[in-house]
Amino acid sequence: MSEIAQKVKAIIVDKLGVEDSEVTPEASFTNDLGADSLDTVELIMEFEKEFNISIPDDQAENIQTVGQAISYLEENVK
Amino acid sequence: MKYTRRVVVTGIGALTPIGNTVQEYWGGLAKGVSGAAPITRFDAEKFRTKFACEVKNFDPNDHLDRKEARKMDPYTWYAMVTAEEAFNDSQLKDFDSDRAGVIWGSGIGGLRTFTDEVMSFANGDGTPRFNPFFIPKMIADISAGYISIKYGFRGPNFATVSACASSTNAIIDAMNYIRLGHADIIMTGGSEAAVTEPGMGGFNSMKALSERNDSPETASRPFDKDRDGFVLGEGAGALVLEEYEHAKKRGAKIYGEVIGGGMSADAHHITAPHPDGLGATNVMVNALRDAEIDPSEVQYINVHGTSTPLGDMSEVKAIQKVFGDHAYNLNISSTKSMTGHLLGAAGAIESIACLMAINKGIIPPTINHFTDDEEIDGRLNFTFNEAQEREVNIALSNTFGFGGHNTSVIFKKMVD
Repeated sequence: MSEIAQKVKAIIVDKLGVEDSEVTPEASFTNDLGADSLDTVELIMEFEKEFNISIPDDQAENIQTVGQAISYLEENVK
Repeated sequence: MKYTRRVVVTGIGALTPIGNTVQEYWGGLAKGVSGAAPITRFDAEKFRTKFACEVKNFDPNDHLDRKEARKMDPYTWYAMVTAEEAFNDSQLKDFDSDRAGVIWGSGIGGLRTFTDEVMSFANGDGTPRFNPFFIPKMIADISAGYISIKYGFRGPNFATVSACASSTNAIIDAMNYIRLGHADIIMTGGSEAAVTEPGMGGFNSMKALSERNDSPETASRPFDKDRDGFVLGEGAGALVLEEYEHAKKRGAKIYGEVIGGGMSADAHHITAPHPDGLGATNVMVNALRDAEIDPSEVQYINVHGTSTPLGDMSEVKAIQKVFGDHAYNLNISSTKSMTGHLLGAAGAIESIACLMAINKGIIPPTINHFTDDEEIDGRLNFTFNEAQEREVNIALSNTFGFGGHNTSVIFKKMVD
């Protein structure tokens, strides 16, 4: 697993209070990991803080699963 | 009787600087324990007052799901823990959830959350990165919301805000809504968690706090000649109020009846009490009238008595005006001498002290009495330093808040 993927997983475990094993690439924040709309906003903000980037709202809307978050960040974090 | 529906207390919960359950809290009150100690919540080195009455040995994760706890300010943690104790104590089950409400007081709300979020913004480059939970963590009504979600109480639901009178306003509102038929059960009380940098700094600037840093445990000394201000406390108290027939039908344990409440304003000054205790006099008269009792029927007054020079004096004047010669027969005590001042949660934990006094036949003391104040009538019994045994049929609790809000609530031993 890439360093980015590991950090993303750790943030999700911490913020959503889920088990490590539940955080699979296909897992949806809202459908599988129990996040509500505010949790999702908080997750995006944590990614921005951790990786020091800014994720525009229209792109944030497409980040709904663990895998989508990891690939977005792998593509955009320098 | 004005009201056909009577209101009783069927469950209680407390989280205080001298005990984290009702049993521990009452043990501390009866023994005369002080909850004051050096501040641990933040570095208070540069603060004029370096001590407070903090809740001790408390980890929210022992009581709440970690994810849930993270979204709550400490004032809501305290609310949830005491509401749970009170709910379990009441043994409520199979109730009509549409007839169950929550009325919860907090003087300030989520001050820790407000402080941290605003400080992090101020330390940044101006880009707003406020946490999406900032507002719902901080607002003063959110505890009432969380309690309703946890227990499915779908009846009346709101918060009362009247500074240090907040939770007594909540209890009085709960009593009245049950009397008027809007609900059969109401979870009421209040919580506060203001031992923070702005909480301490703000009250310090007002010269409201004791600065007796060399002896925190004797700093809260209501009615003592050398009192120099209140000691900030934190915590919560919860009471399940229930319509009497509803409680009787299910065979509930009853701590006492809430027989009346009074409200008034000083209409005088934002923070200073009326020098002659005008608002305090009126509020006790209003409560006694509402309860339809004679002043001579009261045995115990749990006073507001915060240990400030002006406040204590005006309350004494008011008691003497309202009770006349019967004032000398009363037991009076300020349990803030032990717990410190829990602001919006004060009325809730002090109401619980009244109910326990009624049930145990013991008056909790006003500790830390060293020197008589010659301006205070020496014939009054302030239950100084040690608890006193006494049969209590009726107890009255006063709480007054900045803004000139006064509240007074009266509890009676349960007899059919």
